[in-house]
Amino acid sequence: MTIDWTHFTPWASLGGGLVLGIASALFILVSGRVLGISSILGDMLRGARADLGWRLAFFAGLLVSPLVYSWVAPLPTVRIDAGWVTLVVAGLLVGVGTRYGAGCTSGHGVCGLSRLSARSLAATLTFMATGFATVFIVRHVLA
Amino acid sequence: MNLQRAFEFLAGLLFGLGLMLAGMTDPSKVLAFLDLAGAWDPSLALVMGGGIAVGLGAFTVAKGRSKTLLGTALFLPQATVIDRRLLGGSALFGVGWGLAGFCPGPALVSLGLGDAKVWVFVAAMVAGMLVFEWLESRAHRALSQGV
Repeated sequence: MTIDWTHFTPWASLGGGLVLGIASALFILVSGRVLGISSILGDMLRGARADLGWRLAFFAGLLVSPLVYSWVAPLPTVRIDAGWVTLVVAGLLVGVGTRYGAGCTSGHGVCGLSRLSARSLAATLTFMATGFATVFIVRHVLA
Repeated sequence: MNLQRAFEFLAGLLFGLGLMLAGMTDPSKVLAFLDLAGAWDPSLALVMGGGIAVGLGAFTVAKGRSKTLLGTALFLPQATVIDRRLLGGSALFGVGWGLAGFCPGPALVSLGLGDAKVWVFVAAMVAGMLVFEWLESRAHRALSQGV
């Protein structure tokens, strides 16, 4: 294993992670819900109209965050190497998969592990494993 | 706008800022983390570590309460079952994550970062979630008809 020291950003990533933790803490202690992006979005698509308010408030904050970020620092670059077809396939898999799996990197990965949930640990280990395997196959087997 | 809505907005804002600061909104960085056999960028392990470090305290407090700090209902997940549905869904999610380098949160935040390709991914992700709803309602219908 070779570590890419030039792109390693330990302090920014640790700091960003702490901010994600603070947001999740705020959400469970003030809103009373787990901050899990795929469930907040997916349940809204199901038509859960009775509790639309908190979902919209959360997404409004999430969607304006680039604007607020741009007031203090240059916006981070987004480098997407995947082609259009790959993006569509990947999006479909992420959409279907997070709904059957009842969570993603936020709900299972951050909140679930913080709750010490064995179910979330199983989900996280599974999507990490297939994520590692997919990149290995794409970059080192097919390429 | 009531106080709880304001805090929910703030949580969304902080979550987006945290994702950008952490580097999660750049798919090439996410894929560099998932590429163990290449030039590995371990940064994202620290993102999860940082999130859990704060989350552990917060959820320990939450587990001991039945109401939020504002006195409203506090919902903690009740499901504990580890079944094919959970593992199969998570496995599919990981494949999609490894193909594009986007998971749901960073993809939504990146809508505001100016690359049109993000919209394609998010549209497909929403479509995938709707496919799930369709499959679910079909399965329920089949079940109620005894098929």
